[in-house]
Amino acid sequence: MTDVLQVARTHVLEQGLGLSEELLVEVLRLPDERIPELLELAHDVRMTWCGPEVEVEGIVSLKTGGCPEDCHFCSQSGQFQSPVRAVWLNIPELVEAAKETARTGASEFCIVAAVRGPDQRLMDQVREGIKAIQAEVDINIACSLGMLTQAQVDEFVEMGVHRYNHNLEAAKSYFPQVVSTHSYEERWDTCLMVREAGMELCCGGLVGMGESIEQRAELAVQLAELQPHEVPLNFLNPRPGTPFGDQELMSSQDALRTIAAFRLAMPHTILRYAGGRELTLGDLGTREGLLGGVNAVIVGNYLTTLGRDANEDIDLLAELGMPIKELQKTL
Amino acid sequence: MTYCGHCGEGVDARDHSRCAELLQMEPPRFCAECRRRMVVQVVPRGWSARCVEHGEVRG
Repeated sequence: MTDVLQVARTHVLEQGLGLSEELLVEVLRLPDERIPELLELAHDVRMTWCGPEVEVEGIVSLKTGGCPEDCHFCSQSGQFQSPVRAVWLNIPELVEAAKETARTGASEFCIVAAVRGPDQRLMDQVREGIKAIQAEVDINIACSLGMLTQAQVDEFVEMGVHRYNHNLEAAKSYFPQVVSTHSYEERWDTCLMVREAGMELCCGGLVGMGESIEQRAELAVQLAELQPHEVPLNFLNPRPGTPFGDQELMSSQDALRTIAAFRLAMPHTILRYAGGRELTLGDLGTREGLLGGVNAVIVGNYLTTLGRDANEDIDLLAELGMPIKELQKTL
Repeated sequence: MTYCGHCGEGVDARDHSRCAELLQMEPPRFCAECRRRMVVQVVPRGWSARCVEHGEVRG
């Protein structure tokens, strides 16, 4: 029987093709003693097909809490007994957050809202916020505002939104265990509209929500099928009051196998560390992931939780000899 | 301080060392004076938490 890493070396590293779902399951089942070899291969794939640069991004919550949806991992759902209260960021605070992000050397700033999709009030606030940021800060602006109509997609293009985030969150087969208020297909449709409109698509998910190994591989190939420009990879940080609040943390070994598997599924994409990495991987694991396929980070705080000090990540990138990707206006 | 900023229970009610660890990674959600849920805003390099009765704390 041929070794899966040998197959991946030929198929992914040499030819730049993503690994199949079946082979990704094998990768995700590799024993702990083979993790260093797996990470080394994933790193080689990233260096070959993406290069040494790391894309740095900051995110901010424009509208926190009170979301009508029931994503079981999320403390911002209004349907759970979460301690998170609803609040809106004002425009000066939004501009200041963009400036703080730009000062870290980041090229991306993502505006996020906890909503099913944007209503007119949110569209107006985003439009005003983007205009204010563009006037004062040199940074690419991304948005993550839920499901969109075609008219809203067109509006974001016109506003100069460079990238739109809408995660699949989970594999299609596991999605009904995670969300009941909207469907996987609705998410998929928004992703297609974003991509077809010419915005860069940012689409990832969460792992460690109780899904099987097979479902992790399934998520990776479903993401690959969408051909996103960027894949943010979140590790569940169980939030009090949510249905997944008592879920055990994913092991760091499983998290590293997942990072490498996602890189082997999508050799050309930007693979970003997103929420939960501090808790799941710690400092050592963060370094291992950057040497195992990851080529983008969210620096600073997340939407409702705190991240590492941005300077620690920037120092780590310098130590690893990974230059920060410079700002490029693509639209 | 009367209440735990993480879980909202009384500081003397039980051991809150896990809560203290978690408060390194997230802002407080409950007012330490009155245990009201606070309005919390997280931004890239800081956070603020406001209690309607006892004002704002920042980190």
